[in-house]
Amino acid sequence: MTARKTLIALKNGKDPMRQFKSFVIAIAAIMGMITPAAAQLRVTVVGEEYVPMRIAVPDFEADGAGAAEIAAQLSDVLRKDLASSAVFELVDKAAFIERDLSFDMAPRYPDWQVAGVAAQALIVGNVIINPANNNMTVQFRLYNVFGQTQQFARQYTVATPLNWRRLAHRVADDIFTQLTGDAGYFDSRMVFVSKTPGEDPVRGRLAIMDQDGANAEFLLAGFTSVINPRFSPTDQRILYGAYVPDPKYPGATLLRTYLYDIETGRQEVLAEGPNSMDYSARFSPDGRSIALSRAVGGNSDIYVIELARRTQRRLTNDAAIDTSPSFSPDGKMIVFVSDRGLGPQLYIMREDGAQMNCPKGGRDTTCRITFDSGRFTDPVWSPRGDWIAFSRQGDGKFSIGVIRTDGSGMRILTDGYQDESPTWSPNGRVIAFERTASRGAGPKLWSVDLTGRNLRRMPTPRDATNPTWGPLLKVEAAQQ
Amino acid sequence: MRSLGLTLLAGASMLAAACASNPPPEPTPPPVVAEAPRVAPTPPAPIPTPRPSGPAAGSKGDFAAKSTDRVYFDYDQYNLDDADRRSLATQVAWLKQFPSTRVEVQGHADERGTRDYNIALGDRRAQAVSQYLQQQGITSTRIQTISFGKDKPLDMGHDEAAWARNRNAFSNIIVEAIS
Repeated sequence: MTARKTLIALKNGKDPMRQFKSFVIAIAAIMGMITPAAAQLRVTVVGEEYVPMRIAVPDFEADGAGAAEIAAQLSDVLRKDLASSAVFELVDKAAFIERDLSFDMAPRYPDWQVAGVAAQALIVGNVIINPANNNMTVQFRLYNVFGQTQQFARQYTVATPLNWRRLAHRVADDIFTQLTGDAGYFDSRMVFVSKTPGEDPVRGRLAIMDQDGANAEFLLAGFTSVINPRFSPTDQRILYGAYVPDPKYPGATLLRTYLYDIETGRQEVLAEGPNSMDYSARFSPDGRSIALSRAVGGNSDIYVIELARRTQRRLTNDAAIDTSPSFSPDGKMIVFVSDRGLGPQLYIMREDGAQMNCPKGGRDTTCRITFDSGRFTDPVWSPRGDWIAFSRQGDGKFSIGVIRTDGSGMRILTDGYQDESPTWSPNGRVIAFERTASRGAGPKLWSVDLTGRNLRRMPTPRDATNPTWGPLLKVEAAQQ
Repeated sequence: MRSLGLTLLAGASMLAAACASNPPPEPTPPPVVAEAPRVAPTPPAPIPTPRPSGPAAGSKGDFAAKSTDRVYFDYDQYNLDDADRRSLATQVAWLKQFPSTRVEVQGHADERGTRDYNIALGDRRAQAVSQYLQQQGITSTRIQTISFGKDKPLDMGHDEAAWARNRNAFSNIIVEAIS
């Protein structure tokens, strides 16, 4: 039943930007008591040690025709976002004592403090649909229950209630940021390759969904053999590879690299064979360049291409396989895979190709950072810069792990039959990846947080590979 | 039709069992349909016709019939051994016989690896074959290569035997000889 429903949900995306166009937000502060900084609630995550914060999110109040249904849905998405982070523990609605909350009145704090409720944070909000112009306003307040203060409040106004889901994610990001001090990641999307079980394994279609699995849609009707999509860290452009029939020799195949802008629908071919084969392309942090692997005559090396002028620089020149380049967030370093040692391992180098001091000593243009018996592939530099995620094959398993950029502090986060293709949430706290759970099982998307906790399946309508997590969505914000 | 075919196959396999040396193999269920041509009855006496039966000379099918069109590799390896070179010699002979043909060498890897690395590995396998063909006198302008990494397995199984079959380079004729 569920499968049938979700299959219908993954429709051809005629206009994937539908919900984003005209998403102009008016943001306003809401007057309230000013909370001294010392009294602010904060979940502090240090290494793997943190205690989830108990938070109560009663359904938002509603005002205006149709507002009740939207308020209920919005509150539900908000609760799911917060719970999915595992930083929060949602208080069960059945335990609530105060059930006549009003947005304009302070809550009865003791009702939220008592054992059995014990909410540290309380969210009170409302949804107002203006009958005159159909504008929707969402307001919310974040209360520190034991400090008995309002910590934060905000109001958003959008042109149409159709945007309620994105507003729920925005509110979740605000709360996440207020209570953790980190940027949020809920108002973001993920591109992946959708696979239909039983089809030729090379077949796969580019698909997109919200980070919580909602609004799954195909992109690009007609492209059926897509690999390795990579989201721009700055905007809604995608790099991907596709196997296409060779126009010159029907029956032969080319692997092309495409640059595709989801917002404008424009795309262009960046590279195609057959004399050389480019693959594994990934954006620089400013979105202006790409690093990729180019195979010529049986040898793959790393190149950087500046997109505006198409100038190319070759960064490695080694008989070994050099592939899977990923930039550091300051754009100055690249981590990549090479089998110049024994089997694939991770190496770092400067983006300008200059010599550097290696973490393990010595000076070189490339420095190895993994040294154990495993086979390391798929490195991805965290957008925070502090960790590199990877896939490690060893002892008959493929795990997702993280390592410090100097090769210290390696931590294995998952332990699967085949876990690969990690991608970071835009705030660098969560890693999504592709998991084949057992021999012959279909690939699915999963996520785990940086600490190795909160392993969870990400819902996709069909099988899925190659997740790539996009940046926080932008809004045209009108501050009031 | 189908049941007749199966009966014929079962009969053939029993006949084969009777002729085999000790120990006689266990009676097995009929092989999969794809195996059927191997145990087909011997063809009838040749009828005088102007054209021989079978694929046209210089065609894809002719290449498949007269050469060994796929070579296999060990785990994480891309070097050619003597058996591979013997296989490739049959390709070289055919390609020399039909100099207007063109070949695409497809490199493949097994599923026990990550995507990028397997693309690189498949590329190396395809290039190993391409370079050998060139050393044997096939001009580089008649050859192109592509790597499918792990994404186009020959064998859809998920065991060691399937993975061994999926570590290969396949020579795909993309321009046939014009007859």
